[in-house]
Order: sequence, then C-alpha cells, then structure tokens
Amino acid sequence: MRSLFLRDIRLSIRAGGGALVGVIFFLAVIVTIPFGVGPDLNLLTRIGPAILWIAALLACLLGLDRLFQADREDGSLDLLVLNGDRHILALTVLTKCVAHWTGSVLPLVVAAPLLGLFMNMEPTGIGATALTLLVGTPAITFIGAAGAAVAVALPRGGLLISVLVLPLTIPVLIFGVSASYGAVADPAPFLQPFLILAALTLFLAVVGPLAAALALRHGTD
Amino acid sequence: MRLIAENLGGERGGEAVFSGIGFVLEKGEALTVTGPNGSGKSTLLRVVAGLLPVARGKVLVEGGGEAFPTVASASHYLGHLNAMKTALSVEENLGFWRAFQGEPALSVDEALETVALGGLGHLPFGYLSTGQRRRVSIAKLLVSRRPVWLLDEPTAGLDKASEERFAGLMRDHLEGGGIVVAATHLPLGLERARELSMGQVL
Repeated sequence: MRSLFLRDIRLSIRAGGGALVGVIFFLAVIVTIPFGVGPDLNLLTRIGPAILWIAALLACLLGLDRLFQADREDGSLDLLVLNGDRHILALTVLTKCVAHWTGSVLPLVVAAPLLGLFMNMEPTGIGATALTLLVGTPAITFIGAAGAAVAVALPRGGLLISVLVLPLTIPVLIFGVSASYGAVADPAPFLQPFLILAALTLFLAVVGPLAAALALRHGTD
Repeated sequence: MRLIAENLGGERGGEAVFSGIGFVLEKGEALTVTGPNGSGKSTLLRVVAGLLPVARGKVLVEGGGEAFPTVASASHYLGHLNAMKTALSVEENLGFWRAFQGEPALSVDEALETVALGGLGHLPFGYLSTGQRRRVSIAKLLVSRRPVWLLDEPTAGLDKASEERFAGLMRDHLEGGGIVVAATHLPLGLERARELSMGQVL
C-alpha cells in the first residue's frame, strides 16, 4: 500500500501529473473575483470564506477524472483489481484517494491562506477557512472516487463526474462554509459545524472507496 | 497445483463469445490458445483471471495452499497493455509492482538482466521502444512469484532473440512447477504445450 501511495505521489509531481493544475485554477478563480465584485472591501471580507470554499471545491473536481482513467488506459487497473485478494480493493482505492488528495488537493489548502489575503479576510477567518478546507476536502475526494470509478470507461467522463459528484458535495460545502463563518461572526457557532464536517469526512472515507471498489470490479471489460 | 476450467462460457456485451471450454492443467503444463481474430482468446484469458464475469461453468485452482487460494491470487496476467507508467523510470515501475504484488522473487536488477535490459533501469519507461517495453512487462512476471501465467499475445513486438529468450523463461517457469496459458498467433517454442483451438467449439 505504501508503494502505491508513493507511486501515485511521484506521478502527480512528474511531468503531466497535474498537481499544479488545481492550484493554478484555484488561483485564477480567486484572483478574478475582486475584479468582478468590485473594490468593496467589506463585501469581499463577507463573501471570502464562501468564495474560497467554492473555488477549492471546483479545483478538487478538476483532476478527479484521471484518478482511475490513467490506470485503466495503461492496463495497471487490471492488475490492481487482479490483486484484490492480497490488497482489498477498497483499501487500494482509499490509498489512491489519499495519494490524490496529498498530491493535488493539499497544495490548495496550503495556498488558501495566501489567497485569503486577496479577499481581505481577517487572520482568524483565514485560519478557520484553511482548517475547514484541511478537514473537509478529503470528503470531496472520497465521493469523487466513486464518481470517477463509475465513469472510468467513458472517454470524456470529466464533466459527467463533476455533475454526478457535485450534488453529493453540497453538505460538505455547507458545513465547511458555516464553520468558517462561525469563527468570525460571533453568534454563529464554529465547533458544531466543524465536527459535523469531520464526521462527513470520516463517513465518506468508508462509503466512497467501498462504492468505488464495487464499481471498478464490475466495470472491467 | 492444478488449474481447472469446467464447461466455461464467456460473453462480451451480453453476447456469448465462447462456451463449453474445459481444460485441466497440472503443474508444469502449458496451454496455447489459438484461433482467428474475434474467436474469444483474450476474453477467455480475462474470464480465467476473473477480470470478466464467468457466464457459465467455473474456473478454479486446486492445491494452491494458503498463498494462492484463488485463480486471481495465483495468476500473473500479461495483457495487451504493459501496465507501466511512462513518467516513471523502469526501475520505479518494476519496484512498485514487486512491492505491490507481494511474493517477491527476482530483484528488479536481476529481472532486467534476464530480459537483457540491464543498465536501462534509470530510463523513463516512455523512452523505450515497443519491444523494450514488452520486455519490461515480461520482467514484471519475474519480480513476483505466481504459479499461473496468463499471457495474451506475449511476444507481440518482440524480436527473434527476445522471443527465444522468452520461450526459455516460460520453459524455466514450467520446469519449476508453473502453469502457462498463452493466447497467441505465433508459435511460442513450447514443445509439449497442449493446444486449444477457439472458434470451432461453439
């Protein structure tokens, strides 16, 4: 499992791996927003956490279609499925998800505080948003894995995956944004939505890979 | 160790490609699967490996012990695709499969020497020619131990010398108590191999 994790991390940082594509997309969206919304600093502060979360969510969805498709195209997926008796396929999927998250999504979380400055956010708000992104984005990857596994055989499945997965990520978005607001706006709570967000991630870490493994096992042809 | 297929049927897209295939392979025996294009050779291998569902009949291994209880766990599958990443070096690719597949046999360097690619391990896989890629894929059979080799057109893209070397590897594998099932158009150089002709048994 460790070898699979290391291989996927290596692939994501090598040429054509696409680790930076998500970060660049994230940067592009956040930098564009102030130009569109206008130089109203109070407004930017107020919408900052939500914009960061939406941009991060979309950037997460961007690279998901390659999660299994790249392995399918070069034949690796057959061997990953074939070794299902030694390594439970759901755990293989979980490992690939964690590697994908570390390679492609963690850079987003690291970049989020810097981009928060573009949105005129306070340090507390920036910290809270980065923390909720750290806890919440794995959930998006885990649901996305199920979508990617279903659409693995489709040549242009990228958009389909986004459409399949987006409705399921709405709860993650809602609790992520409300926890970020809770840290800044006083009457709103931080801890409760944050704990629900953590619970969502843990729940989807089990359900997502199981569903993806099932789809992959029946999707080979 | 025995590989048994009983009255096996396979289908693609709901349409039967073959049916009524049966064979028993003892250890040290090889089976070459021949037949015209579209007769179901690849489908048969994928059904045996468990990558496609069995439409009828069954396929199983006997006497695999704890390490190899099922056909999937006992098998190497060498398909048309090489299952290697072009962005990683040859060593990294083979090292990954050696660690992931378990039951390590030869080291990566030894396996590369065996397929006459010694000293090329540092190159990215994408830099290799078609035949060299195939040889790396064959080296993948050697880095971890599996008693059953399921080979789909294993010599596609190989030159004469590599074909003979590969025939030698298969003979070694058979002498060591292995089983080979190979789908092929070309003679593989296995003298005592039994032959299964597809496309006539339907």
